[in-house]
Amino acid sequence: MAQRTFTIITALVVAGLVIGPVTAVLWHGGGITVLSAADLSALQFTVWQAFWSSLISVTLAVPVARAFARRSFWGRSALVSIMGAPFILPVIVAILGLLSVFGGNGFVNVFLEPLGIPKLDIYGAHGVILAHVFFNLPLAIRLILQGWLSIPSERFRVAASLNAPIFKLLEWPMLCRIMPSAFAVIFVICIGSFAVALTLGGGPKATTIELAIYQAFKFDFDLSKAASLAVVQLCLGLGVGLVALLLARGDMLGVGFDRVVQRWDGSLLLDTSWIGLATLFLLTPLVAIFVAGLSGLTDLPISIWGAALRSLLISLGAVILTMLLALPLVTKAGEVASLLGLSVSGLVLGTGMFLIIQPYVRPSSVALPVTMLVNVLMALPFVLRILRPNMEAAKNDFGRLGQSLGLQRWPLWRIVYLPRLRRPMGFAAGLTGALAMGDLGVITLFSRPGEGTLPMAMYQLMGAYKMEAAYGAALLLVGLSLGLFWAFDKGGRAHAVV
Amino acid sequence: MKTTLITVAGLLFGTAALSDGHTPVLTVYAPDYFGSEWGPGPSIEAAFEERCKCDLQYQTGDLLPRLLLEGERTQADVAIGFNSDITKRARDSEMFAPHGLDLSPLTLPIDWNDDTFLPFNYGHTAFIYDNTKLDGFDSFEALLDAPDDVRVVIQDPRSSISGLALVLWVQAVYGDEAEAAWLRLAPKIVTVTQGWSESYGLFTDGEADVVLSYTTSPAYHIIAEEDLTKSAAIFEEGHYFMVELAAKLATTDQPKLADEFMAFILTEDFQTMIPTTNWSFPAALPMDQWPEGFQDLPMPETVLFYTENEAAALRDVAIEAWRSALSQ
Repeated sequence: MAQRTFTIITALVVAGLVIGPVTAVLWHGGGITVLSAADLSALQFTVWQAFWSSLISVTLAVPVARAFARRSFWGRSALVSIMGAPFILPVIVAILGLLSVFGGNGFVNVFLEPLGIPKLDIYGAHGVILAHVFFNLPLAIRLILQGWLSIPSERFRVAASLNAPIFKLLEWPMLCRIMPSAFAVIFVICIGSFAVALTLGGGPKATTIELAIYQAFKFDFDLSKAASLAVVQLCLGLGVGLVALLLARGDMLGVGFDRVVQRWDGSLLLDTSWIGLATLFLLTPLVAIFVAGLSGLTDLPISIWGAALRSLLISLGAVILTMLLALPLVTKAGEVASLLGLSVSGLVLGTGMFLIIQPYVRPSSVALPVTMLVNVLMALPFVLRILRPNMEAAKNDFGRLGQSLGLQRWPLWRIVYLPRLRRPMGFAAGLTGALAMGDLGVITLFSRPGEGTLPMAMYQLMGAYKMEAAYGAALLLVGLSLGLFWAFDKGGRAHAVV
Repeated sequence: MKTTLITVAGLLFGTAALSDGHTPVLTVYAPDYFGSEWGPGPSIEAAFEERCKCDLQYQTGDLLPRLLLEGERTQADVAIGFNSDITKRARDSEMFAPHGLDLSPLTLPIDWNDDTFLPFNYGHTAFIYDNTKLDGFDSFEALLDAPDDVRVVIQDPRSSISGLALVLWVQAVYGDEAEAAWLRLAPKIVTVTQGWSESYGLFTDGEADVVLSYTTSPAYHIIAEEDLTKSAAIFEEGHYFMVELAAKLATTDQPKLADEFMAFILTEDFQTMIPTTNWSFPAALPMDQWPEGFQDLPMPETVLFYTENEAAALRDVAIEAWRSALSQ
């Protein structure tokens, strides 16, 4: 009962933190605006690219995740960590990294040219989808890999001894449970895409709702339109979240002894190829970023460390707050509520918060906390997506046992749930921290010089023609993000066998 | 321990927050680039504080949206960094007061007699190319006629001020034929980016041969990098003029300091800092006082410019011509 009340209150707080700012912008702008024909075609393109980007990401992630689940090799866990990097890259860095591989003068074309194969032209709808798959495949792989690891090893042994079809009996039901929600989260991320879609899309054909919001806010100062478009984003996010809930069926596979799964099935060649291809696709642009940034590292000004420290603190603060909000929200309704925060444009959220707080405090004096709060709202859906399957499994499998043993709320959490959530929590915390680190975010709306974050410093360097130093800052940013991610992820896995 | 804490606090919150309460504070709103340590902000702040015995504090972010959001509540005394293509919206807000300055020191290539918005630097939109790889283009027509394998990158007029200047430029040169001109340019446009930084990054990475930037861009490469390979193509049809402006807030609680700062903008001290920190032409400094790399820059003979009313009226038409041609 008390647990439930707590969940409802937290869900209301989260929903309020999203709906409040949107309402404030709407109110300040004087109500809803009817969308123009251009907005509708932007909406159409937004949904279209988000659908295909998430479908392809999730589909490709299945064989890769299965390969990782079936194989163990030296460096496997490090590889799984590093492969997550694209997901946390700042947009502009990812674009330049991708183009150094797939662009007109990229590796691929340099390689193809002497073979007489026509040049690959990356710009277009296919470029948008390729970039979004690059960003989101890592998340999809991790989410689905988690699903695989949640199948108790006993089940595989039984299946093996009975010579039963593993895919049909064990893996397919797991995928049916995991895939719709993974699709929903990635879909919602892609709704908010703007710079990636525009640049890789090659021009105005690739106009998304987020670009229309940006234009309405920056050039037209049409708050009503910006907020109306944000409401459309909200509806899309909520809609896809509900559909995913309806589709996500399939039973939990029950309890096991938490032993390492030892697999005997599957073709080694096939698994190796999938892992190899995914690694090549996800890591080549990272290598390009690394090489470009290396020489710029020495050009970095001393002030970069202050910016890095601020980013690190925002990021740690975001991790703590996200975890505190996430634990009571690990329910179906909580997961849908959390999608709200991710689906709404950060620009509108930030503007709304600005409007709400400005009668009381100078917005620039709370720029860092507000940036952190927006990061928390954006990270919650990932965190819940990671935690909920594990929490439900723990409740199903051990909840009644715990209660019959007379374990009260806190001991039940401490002895039963938290140890079972430790690994997913580590992963979720790492993801939150890394995302908050790389997010340029709402701080650009209102800040004071000398208080910027690392991504901000990187953009400032670029704006001052200092491209080399900017790439150095990008490398520092990626290094810190990955380090943070790795530390939490590793912490979650300490003492675990896998 | 305590000193560590203070050091950490200093690192986190800069020095701006540590005002002693006795010195009068002049709050200046500026775009992010302006206030950053690589922009003109810090040296201007130091020079002005020496004169005024006051504390100049920047607040950075999206200039006009932020001022409009704050309305009468704004703490700003002066706002610096407006672009002439969007000042109509700013003027209509009636938030700004006349500067009351004599504009005769201005050295702009156009006449300027605005009593509210004061120019502090200018430039022209221009296409930049690598002169070791391309011969350049002496007219817009030549660029449109260039082979389709010349790769051009531009900025989106809906999200970037330089992108907006480009569509107004095309509008000024081609008028009703703007869409046809865009159709000829379209096959060469490799992509359109959200802002200037992405475009320039693509150009320096070799992903594009030609980038939309400013006539002053080569000066950065010449002065800061001793790299002479970047040139601006000077078109005989003329170049679109871009000017950055400052204005005093009507609601300022430091009117004297604000006036002093506005007057400071036209002084030699201020103007000589502009070229190598803002990488643009100073608005009130005779050419013989420009730094060497700037004096040698090729300048367009014809300057094209729309007043804010013309720009506001033409904006939608010009953007639509661009959008329609590039969507085909």
